Amino acid sequence: MKAALPLRWLILPCATLVFASHAGAATSANTDTPVRGGTLNLVVDPEPPTLVDLTNTAVPTLKVSTKVTEGLLTYDFALHPEPQLATSWSISSDGLQYTFHLRHGVKWHDGQDFTSADVAYSIELLKRVHPRGKGTFANVAEVRTPDAFTAILVLSKPSPFLIKAFSASESPIVPKHIYEGTDPFSNQNNNAPIGTGPFKFVKWVRGSYIEYDRNPDYWDKPKPYVDKIIVRLIPDAAARAIAFETGAADLGGDTPVPLADLARLKQNARLAVETRGYEYEAGVARVEFNLGNRYLKVPAVREAIARAIDRKVIEKAIYYGYATEVSGPIIASSPYYDAAPTPYPFDIDKANALLDAAGLPRGSDGVRFAITVDPLPISDIPQRTAAYLRSALAKIGIAVTIRNQDLPSYLRRIYSDRDFDVAINGMSNLFDPTVGVQRLYWSQSIRKGVPFTNASGYSNPRVDQLLEQAAVEPNEAARVQQFREFQQIVERDLPDIDLVEPQQVTVYNKRVHDHTTSPDGLDSNFADVYLSQ
Amino acid sequence: MISSRTTRVVRRLRRTGAQAVPTVIAVVVLNFVLLQLVPGDAADVLAGESGSATAETMAMMRHHFGLDLTLWQQLVAYLNHLAHFSLGFSPRFNTPVMQLIMSRLPNTLILMVSALIFAVVAGVVIGVAMATWAGRWPDRVLSFIALVLYSMPGFWLALMAIVLFSVKLGWLPSGGEMTLGADLSGWDWLADRVSHAVLPALALASFFVAIYARLTRVAMLEVQRQDFVRTAQAKGLHPMIVTLRHVLRNALIPITTVAGMHLGNLLGGAAVIETVFSWPGLGRLALEAVQGRDYNVLLGVLLLSSLLVIASNVLVDVLHAWLDPRIALH
Repeated sequence: MKAALPLRWLILPCATLVFASHAGAATSANTDTPVRGGTLNLVVDPEPPTLVDLTNTAVPTLKVSTKVTEGLLTYDFALHPEPQLATSWSISSDGLQYTFHLRHGVKWHDGQDFTSADVAYSIELLKRVHPRGKGTFANVAEVRTPDAFTAILVLSKPSPFLIKAFSASESPIVPKHIYEGTDPFSNQNNNAPIGTGPFKFVKWVRGSYIEYDRNPDYWDKPKPYVDKIIVRLIPDAAARAIAFETGAADLGGDTPVPLADLARLKQNARLAVETRGYEYEAGVARVEFNLGNRYLKVPAVREAIARAIDRKVIEKAIYYGYATEVSGPIIASSPYYDAAPTPYPFDIDKANALLDAAGLPRGSDGVRFAITVDPLPISDIPQRTAAYLRSALAKIGIAVTIRNQDLPSYLRRIYSDRDFDVAINGMSNLFDPTVGVQRLYWSQSIRKGVPFTNASGYSNPRVDQLLEQAAVEPNEAARVQQFREFQQIVERDLPDIDLVEPQQVTVYNKRVHDHTTSPDGLDSNFADVYLSQ
Repeated sequence: MISSRTTRVVRRLRRTGAQAVPTVIAVVVLNFVLLQLVPGDAADVLAGESGSATAETMAMMRHHFGLDLTLWQQLVAYLNHLAHFSLGFSPRFNTPVMQLIMSRLPNTLILMVSALIFAVVAGVVIGVAMATWAGRWPDRVLSFIALVLYSMPGFWLALMAIVLFSVKLGWLPSGGEMTLGADLSGWDWLADRVSHAVLPALALASFFVAIYARLTRVAMLEVQRQDFVRTAQAKGLHPMIVTLRHVLRNALIPITTVAGMHLGNLLGGAAVIETVFSWPGLGRLALEAVQGRDYNVLLGVLLLSSLLVIASNVLVDVLHAWLDPRIALH
């Protein structure tokens, strides 16, 4: 659920400063020589529906898929590309041709050779069946394979974000000889994958564990260092915390334990936490309005609600400090971030005055009007945010009813039936605002029945124009300007209120080293991971 | 006598079988219709989990799940599968439903049966003790314990047991059904499995221990007042023999009735305990099927559960006939 950014999965790379200090610590850890051997117990929840992130990009799927199925590129923490299956690459000056030179001597786990035919096939498959492949690869007209180790993507229009889309977690390269001529949704490779990665799939006992063995023929020898990965499926959050304490779990990402338990685990001498490794999927938590509602379509009402919310309380009481305030939809670590503060700071008196002026006086019971709030039913954080909203809005005379339901019911209500007043959710920026942010504000993504699109019904021609320009803008400076103006407009228009950028946390046993070496954190291939005994 | 009882058992089984078929079909159709009323479908779930979707991928998934068929076509297809003794295919798990259920069923049966046996044995022992010392301090103390077990949620008790026995004392594993990655055989294998089953079985049993204890106490006190007990005591039989042979045996009738009904309840309670202990059982599968809107799997689990309840009812009937010859298997 990378994109949905179910808050639990939201990340918050709080700015470059933090990266720099962490990077220093990581370097000192690297001075130890990696050692071979051992079993890594990785905890994952919920159970992935499939083991390949081709047709499904749920957060747990990404964690398991990437150990077996690799991508063309990997990235450093600033999202600059680095080699994986491609050893070098170039982009033509008009931005219409991406040439990848592929690694020689790579074999699939079944012994077949990896070639450019696999790359061409995978890109075409991704464009067709990947949950956002149609958007990401929209401008890819064809993939040429002049020889077995060269793949050239030919674009009809520039896609300035495309070079960030080739990680194993976003665009997996799958074996053509296994998928060709089959239904990619039901191919048995999704249950028992063949890949090029450092680990080979062994066994999946549903509801219990997934087992991977070291690939002795991996192209990047002497990696990998770990003999075996056991992916433990522990559905209960408190039980996961206990598994870390007893040593049954070594490593878990996306805040695997309740935030309330984190302080206790940090006291444990054997355990530590890491906050990097979420830059590739970071996003923001938000309050989304249904602009069709008779009260919420009034700008002054939305401004009053915005002024009644104290983001500091949300950051401290709901996220235990694992979040930073934001005023717009783009995360602070993005080059397109606009640092201007929100035009509507916390001010209860002003909020009440706005509602009085809007002709919405308090009734005899002190209530001006009533609305319903639907929190995204993933983790308890949206629910607790809803509870805060109820008390905050009571102060300005808006009565809030919180409605709880399970995930499919929520998605139906918000995106198909549009039968809601206010929704609380989180949305990942993904690797670029054109992919992760545009869908929430572009009038053409008001699409019934498609989750994580423009649910508010917001439509502003200038915003549409800016987003459409930025999607194909080859000039980086111009693109920054377009996104800044876009942010200022939506912060003023308030189709939603962006609250905080949550910081996800990785919990690990100190015997595990080099688990977080890239911005996709535990979604990397784990070739570098080693265990001290 | 034996042979007449055997024919009665056979007759009873045959009749149950004849009743079971329409019951099961009704269960399937009713569940199928009820599930259609739940908002959202499997494609919504997969899109929701993935965090992105396009109208085209949603349509592809609906086709893959057979959701583009009419309700009627879906129901007929499902019943057709059943007629061929197949539970169909789970598109979400990408696996035949039968295979999914069979991989989970043994784990759940181990948990349920051991919990039920423990609950009945412990409950009866405590109940007998309470009845024997009715109104005196052992009765008061045990009543209090039973009240605590009755009112405490099983999952909380489970978590507290994990904290004590797994985290603090380190005696028992905190979850799972076996030690992963360890190749065990023979006694080591059995000991490993038992050590993993102890805490979840006890946690699942806790609530039922309280019920059986109170039930036994009441039933024993009731029977104790009857004439044949006074006769037995007047004959000069040892009080222990009177308690066990005359009183307890008759008091067991309501307990077995309730225990039979509890088999279904245990399946529900198991979903919670299985989650807390990461126990790969049927309850969790059912829960995941609901959350994933995977109706084939859910219908399969419900069908199996209804068969289980029917079977346990037969078992209780037979047990009653054995406990009390006056009860005829009709």
